[in-house]
Amino acid sequence: MIQIENLKFQYPRTEFMLRLPRLVVESGQRVAVVGPSGCGKTTLLNLISGIALPLEGAVMVCGEEVSAMSDASRRNFRIAKIGMVFQQFELVEYLDVLSNILLPFSINSTLSESSETRCRAIEFAEAMGLKEKLARRPAQLSQGEQQRVAICRALITEPGVVLADEPTGNLDPKNKRRILDLIFQLAEKNNQTLIVVTHDMGILDGFDRVIDFEKMRFSNVDEESSGAVRGAVGEQA
Amino acid sequence: MIGPLRLAWRYVLFHKAKSLILIACIVLTTILPVAVKLLVWQFDQKIVARAASTPSIVGAKGSSLDLVLSALYFKQGGVEPVPYSEVERARGDGLATAIPLHCMFTAMDYPVVGTSLEYFDYRELEVLDGTLFVSLGDCVVGHKVAEMLSVAVGDQLISDRANVLDLAGQSPLKLNVVGVLDASRTPDDWAVFVDLKTAWVIQGLGHGHQDLNKVSPESPVLIASESGRIIANRGVVSYIEITDENVDSFHFHGDTDEFPVTAVLVSASGFKEETILQGRYESSDSEVQFVRPEIVVRDLMTIVFQVNRFFNANAILIGGSTAMLLVLVVLLSLRLRKREMQTMFRLGCSRGTIVWLQVGEMGIIFGFAMVFVLLGSTWVWMVSGDIVEGLLVNSR
Repeated sequence: MIQIENLKFQYPRTEFMLRLPRLVVESGQRVAVVGPSGCGKTTLLNLISGIALPLEGAVMVCGEEVSAMSDASRRNFRIAKIGMVFQQFELVEYLDVLSNILLPFSINSTLSESSETRCRAIEFAEAMGLKEKLARRPAQLSQGEQQRVAICRALITEPGVVLADEPTGNLDPKNKRRILDLIFQLAEKNNQTLIVVTHDMGILDGFDRVIDFEKMRFSNVDEESSGAVRGAVGEQA
Repeated sequence: MIGPLRLAWRYVLFHKAKSLILIACIVLTTILPVAVKLLVWQFDQKIVARAASTPSIVGAKGSSLDLVLSALYFKQGGVEPVPYSEVERARGDGLATAIPLHCMFTAMDYPVVGTSLEYFDYRELEVLDGTLFVSLGDCVVGHKVAEMLSVAVGDQLISDRANVLDLAGQSPLKLNVVGVLDASRTPDDWAVFVDLKTAWVIQGLGHGHQDLNKVSPESPVLIASESGRIIANRGVVSYIEITDENVDSFHFHGDTDEFPVTAVLVSASGFKEETILQGRYESSDSEVQFVRPEIVVRDLMTIVFQVNRFFNANAILIGGSTAMLLVLVVLLSLRLRKREMQTMFRLGCSRGTIVWLQVGEMGIIFGFAMVFVLLGSTWVWMVSGDIVEGLLVNSR
């Protein structure tokens, strides 16, 4: 579960201010956060993952208060409990597909790579249709394939929460749906909470909730009464 | 720290060209001063050791350095010869052992050194194959000469003409190889040794020709023959090879005491004897000089080391600028890889690990560079002796 209470955040030397009285995302929920560019969607993901720290308020993820942790604890928490997918895929150019999937194990000493994790990486790659391309480098893959590798990398540590920042932003329409379905499928299988930030209103099918972040961040009331939240697409919460 | 190091290794492997260029920059910047240092050190060791093993030299007045280089390294030119009588004078009243050296000619571009058999004892040279020269026309070749020219006992070497355009000059002489010296790792490996008289024959001071007593009186080579004196023209057949059959026909015209030698190696039996000898030579009207090679060589090395200091300063400046360029390359690389580093950080990588990643990459590159520097330096160390000897001997 993710719970945000009385959050206030501001980037240094800017006028941008994010206020979030209350946001609760239940375990296993699939939430889409929509809104125009610059409204703070990515900042929300950074706050949940502990990359950014709020000026006030608390961010609780999987029962732990991320905003109160030390730098090292937040890093270790992030790599173990949170999987991240980015718009530009952000794969490491000099590593092959398998090594890219296993990257979290190479960059944080609290995780150790084992034959089990390698098997899991190969299983994920197989599920994503990448089994034949394990030895290839990112430059040798299509954009859709690169994003599938990035999803495998986000899920390899079996995190409780998956945060995806515009995961379909660089994909063609056919791949957008396919990638989202894959993310849903894997998240559901592992009972992972999924938060997808997007400004693409055409991909909202299948989410449990859609949060209009533009409306929410300017309201002083909690999310349920702000009118910024809808239930399953097409229904009013 | 295995993970970051593994990533660093993969990065270095992926960017082969960049890594190789960086390694080459470090290797070249490092190995050049190291190689020069080794060569100068080896030069110092070799030249001082050779000089120290030669107590004193007598030769014509002039450049003492030229005289020393001529006597120790058989360098030709720049030294006026002294008469052979100086050898006898140096022996004096048994004050010293004096060994003549005459090195004005070459055979197949290697110096031909006319000397006496005492030279081989003096330099502690061993014969690997054959014997020392026993008769006129024999030669003993140094180890390197035998190796480079692929000559062995029983082969022949032809002395070079002093001037290839001088067709009327002294004809080359065929030298019979009777011995090959064992390797001594000194300039003696690079020389051809002959008896002093053979050297004079090469110079044209002695020669052998057909027996004029056996020439027909009608022969066109005879100009006159009266009361036992036979006068022939230049058509008389001169020998260019000394054999058992013609060796008796070889003879010298003139007083051998006046024949030239380039230098005389003098080894006094004691300090007192050496001082007495030195006193004899230091009179102002003397045509010859008495030098101690070690002092001359140490003076030379002082200049070499002063020049080397400038080279060191130059190497430091080049090293500094290369280091700055490397820093620039690393900084630019960091800028190019900012997104990669940011992604790693967002995934849960610490800044310390990212630093380790960078350090690992530079460490691998420096490690490889140092391995190459070490291999290169070892190679330079192994060949520096030969290089220095070659430089000293071939500078003639």
